[in-house]
Amino acid sequence: MENFTPVSAAVGGVLIGLSAVLFMALNGRIAGISGIVAGVLTPVSGEWAWRIAFVGGLFAAPFLVWLFSERPIVVFPHPLWLTIIGGLLVGFGARLGGGCTSGHGVCGMARLSKRSIAATLTFMVSAIVTVFIVNHLLGL
Amino acid sequence: MRILSSFVIGLIFGLGLVVSQMINPQKIVAFLDIAGNWDPSLIVVMGAALVTTFIGYRLVLAREKPLFEEGFQIPTKTVIDRPLLIGAAIFGVGWGLAGLCPGPGITAAAVGGLAPWAYLAAMAVGMQARAFVKV
Repeated sequence: MENFTPVSAAVGGVLIGLSAVLFMALNGRIAGISGIVAGVLTPVSGEWAWRIAFVGGLFAAPFLVWLFSERPIVVFPHPLWLTIIGGLLVGFGARLGGGCTSGHGVCGMARLSKRSIAATLTFMVSAIVTVFIVNHLLGL
Repeated sequence: MRILSSFVIGLIFGLGLVVSQMINPQKIVAFLDIAGNWDPSLIVVMGAALVTTFIGYRLVLAREKPLFEEGFQIPTKTVIDRPLLIGAAIFGVGWGLAGLCPGPGITAAAVGGLAPWAYLAAMAVGMQARAFVKV
């Protein structure tokens, strides 16, 4: 467990939570990223600009960190073709299931929504099983 | 105002992801790999985010309306149905394969080379494919 980083994890988690709370306080919405992105891909009049702005904020964040610190690390442990299949399934599954790690995992769970608790438990288990198969049975 | 607030709030969300290293697929997969060299960091990220949101939502939702909109938009569905569970299960498989979920995918694309862009393109295709499948 030498790769465990509890302090930065807690600080980052509070920032994510703060963002979710502010979004509800100011814009009155759940900070569900897959829903926000889906609205960028299928624009509805008057509902497009704020979505692009939110995505722009997500995209700008690592540059802000990079100004004051080192360039954030992004390393993919699995081959590119698995990353691409993963992207397809993430997009499809998030739309079918009505949310992702942010919408269900953070915002929905914080509302004690039964749907979000069920969704979060389900994708946690399926992700853990997937990684077990890929890393230990297939060795990819 | 709501466009500016969306940008700033997206930025704070992204900073949280960068600080907690949740934009690094290696870190996500190390959390999901309970049979390997397990890294529990994601539990702490989620726990801290949950506690903050739980408390914050209680304060915010006690108010009449949000600052820049006429009302709160809260999901009203309460039924745990097939699309929810099948969708979440498929999402989890993709999350385990790529080591990225949608938010971190966008943030990682800024500094992570071409692979996050390939992931995002595939994610967009997957999202649009939803409309063509009946579940």
